[in-house]
This record gives sequence, C-alpha cells and structure tokens, in this order.
Amino acid sequence: MKNLVILGAGTSGTMMANHLISRLPKKEWKITIIDQYKTHYYQPGFLFLPFDIYTTKQVKKKGKKFIPKRVRYLQEKIELIEPDKNRVHLEHGETLDYTILIIATGTKIAPEEIEGMKGPKWHKNIFDFYTYEGSKALRDKFREWKGGKLVVHITEMPIKCPVAPLEFAFLADSYFKNKGMRDKVEITFVTPLDGAFTKPKATKALHYLLEEKKIKEVTDFNIERVDFKNNKIIDYADTEVEYDLLVTIPTNMGDALIERSGMGDDLNFVPTDKATLQTLAHENVFAIGDATNLPASKAGSVAHFEAEILTENILRYIDKKPLKEEFDGHANCFIETGNGKALLIDFNYTHEPVEGTFPFPGVGPLNLLKESRMNHMGKMAFRWIYWNMLIKGIHIPFVSATMSEKGKHFEEVK
Amino acid sequence: MEKTIANKSVNINDEGYLTDFSQWDKEVGTEIAKEEDIEMTDKHWEVIDFLQDKHHKEEALSIRGIKKSGVINIKEFYSLFPGGPLKKSTKIAGIPKPKSCI
Repeated sequence: MKNLVILGAGTSGTMMANHLISRLPKKEWKITIIDQYKTHYYQPGFLFLPFDIYTTKQVKKKGKKFIPKRVRYLQEKIELIEPDKNRVHLEHGETLDYTILIIATGTKIAPEEIEGMKGPKWHKNIFDFYTYEGSKALRDKFREWKGGKLVVHITEMPIKCPVAPLEFAFLADSYFKNKGMRDKVEITFVTPLDGAFTKPKATKALHYLLEEKKIKEVTDFNIERVDFKNNKIIDYADTEVEYDLLVTIPTNMGDALIERSGMGDDLNFVPTDKATLQTLAHENVFAIGDATNLPASKAGSVAHFEAEILTENILRYIDKKPLKEEFDGHANCFIETGNGKALLIDFNYTHEPVEGTFPFPGVGPLNLLKESRMNHMGKMAFRWIYWNMLIKGIHIPFVSATMSEKGKHFEEVK
Repeated sequence: MEKTIANKSVNINDEGYLTDFSQWDKEVGTEIAKEEDIEMTDKHWEVIDFLQDKHHKEEALSIRGIKKSGVINIKEFYSLFPGGPLKKSTKIAGIPKPKSCI
C-alpha cells in the first residue's frame, strides 16, 4: 500500500482529497489528510461578517463533512516534515510515511511582525479581518462605533487576497451610508504599493470608485510601527497616518510548520514550480494554494484552478510521465464595490485584468472590470458554489483552469 | 510605446517602466535615475543589482526583502531613493514595479 498524505484541510487540501479519491486506485493508495482544526471556514465571508451581511453560521462548517469517507482524516497538529526521510511527525508521537506529500498548510496573519500592532489595542481599536476572530470582533466594534477616522491598511505584500482590503473600504462606505453616519466617518486607504489600483487598465477603469466614495489614498507607505498610544501608524519615511479605528492586513506568512521543517522562504512559503506545482526541493512533494511562493494571488480562486492541474500532475508523477507545465496563474474573482454591486476580474501571470464578458465570449452574463448588480449576485451565489461544488472537487461548468482569451479586450501581452 | 533613453530606443509602458529587460543597460538606468532626480552612486548600483537578481529569480520585491538583503537597511534605502523607494528603484533597474492583481 502506498501513502499519499495531505497536510491541511482548508480550501486546497479538501479539494485535493476530493479530486484524488476517485482518481487513485483504492487497492494501491491510502489517502490521509491532517489538520488540527475542526472547523472549515468560508474565508471570503470574512469580508462580509464585519458589515453584518453574513452571519457567523454562514462562514463556518464542520470540516469533516467535506472529507470523503475513504480518506483517513486526522485532527492533530503536525509537528515536523522530514522531506529527506519521506515522513511526517504528528504532535502526539505518531509518524506517517508517505510516497507523495501535498502541502496545503495555507497562510496566516503575523501581526507580531510589526511593533505595536499586536499590543494592548489589538482587537480594541486595531483589527484584522483575515481571521474569523478578527472579523467577528470588528463586527461587534462597528455595531457600536460612533465614527471617526477609519484607516484600512495593508502592511506588506503578498497577502491572501490582494483586493479584499479595497472591497472592505467600499463596503465600509456603503455600511456607514446605510447607517446614516457616513458624514461622521473618514475613510483612508493606506498601501505600500503606489496606488489602491496598481495596473494601468484597472486604474483607468476603476479609480473613479475611490473618488465617488470619498476614500482617501495614502500610497508608498511601508509601515515601521504602530504607535498605539497615540493612534498613529508610522512608516520608514516618518510619514504618519492617524486613526481612530485601524483595520490592518498584517504581514501574511506560511505556517510555522514550514519554518520548523526548513522548507520555506523568508515568509515561510514553500518554493514551488509555478507551472507544475511540484516543490523545487523534493520531487515527491507538491504544494498548493497560499502555502506556495507562486507569484499569483493567494486566494481560493487560484487554488481552485491549481487543484485541477495538480491532480493531473500527481497522476502523471505516479505514472512516471513528464509533468504538465500548465498552470498559468489563472484567477477569477468578484470584487464587491458596495451598494449591491460588484466587479469581476479574470487574469493570469501574464495578462492584466481587462474589460470583456464572462464566461461566454461576447455574451456574459457577467461583465469584466465593470460594476454591475449581476456580478454582485455572482459573488453572493459563490458561497453556495464553494460549499457545494468547489471544495468537493465538482467542476464548475464553463470555467476552465487555464485562462481563455476569448471575449476579452486585449491589446497586447505585457 | 517607444522612447529614446541614453541614445537607445527602448520600449516602455505608460508609467515609464521598461517592458523588455534586455533593452536595459547602465546608461539607460542612469538616465532614468536622472529623470527621478537621483544621481547614481556605487551604493545605488548595489541595490539595483540585488533587485534585478531577485526579479530574475521571480522572487517578490518587498521592503522585507530589502531588510534581509544584507546590502542596505531600510532607512538608507529611503535616503537613496526618496519618496517611494521601491517604485523608483525598480524603474531605474528596468524591471516592473511591485504590483497587486488589479
């Protein structure tokens, strides 16, 4: 019997378990998935929780529900990976040998990386919304907040979902408008990049949103510390931004397990071939989703496309065939713009988001890079798709793992 | 679009970044630096080398990377390339600026 071990039962790990169970011959392969946590979160929902758009129940379910019965599911902390010995150690002493390993241990926030961030004001007037706890604490804060300076801040790139902070600012504008207190709230978007939008076409098509919603932009801001006593964030050029309520995206890092096992880069992400998803250091170790160092967005949307290609490549690896160099960095995401509208973007490693229609060329019904109510409906429907199709490994009709250029207004490849 | 920099015809994007690194050389870099009011020194070039190396290895460029580079600390980085050091240094290096997905 050969062992395939999956580390992490989040979006990527769960998808891989579902894909592989029907593809690997059951007489030859045993699949094991390990995760210390019982709960599977719908992480895109953390964006909506603070604004009371989603309830806590809508964003979490028991992880076990989504793991196929024939897969061995271990709820335990992983102590160490020994890739040279093809084995994994669990917290309580069990050792698992593997023939193939899939690392899907994800990304975590690391607020302790910035001085003063995770201090006495953490979850008092300094919040994150990339965790369930942070998002829920922020919801409670918003419910009673009387207004003031709201600063939405990105510490450093890369982050799990690069557009979520911007969506957060848009939704905050709507939320406070609906509460009749928009005039009491000043919204500022602070980014280490050179704009809230960084790609020329998106900037041109979408910058009006910031003006329309009166969101101030502070760019090229590389935070050095949070002065939590005086409610200020300060960057390396000594620029200061004052806040009453700071909503920050802390540094995002791979799991500490990766660091303990000596398998990560500076941020504990696993160096991985960007087209095949095989790790660079070990040919029988593969990595997927936000655990990798791929130059793609660390969102579930990307993981979803990766899962289809990784499944193929694992089968090829077992059959000793060359791996498909197929992953193109494809991502496809809805971006909430507030007021019941959303945008849709579709892009990959080499193509920036452009205007057009999706998924049917020239027809839609979804519009790329344009605000519409239909796109918002798509984003809302996606929660259902996630729980019922995506993590179960059911193919979403008409949406391919690699990007299609049809129906999109490309000028040139940059 | 095309532009002549240091008597060389190069392709740049709307924001003045080279779109083809093979067209870059030190003279081009020096000229772009001048447009940004930066007079290049050995220390500047050391940073540019580091950034180009990171870019070729397809590693993301960040302030953290600078901190760990061993080439320069962050305060020095800011004083060499004042006001948006990463966006200015990448422009001089002939590589893309750090971007988000939109």
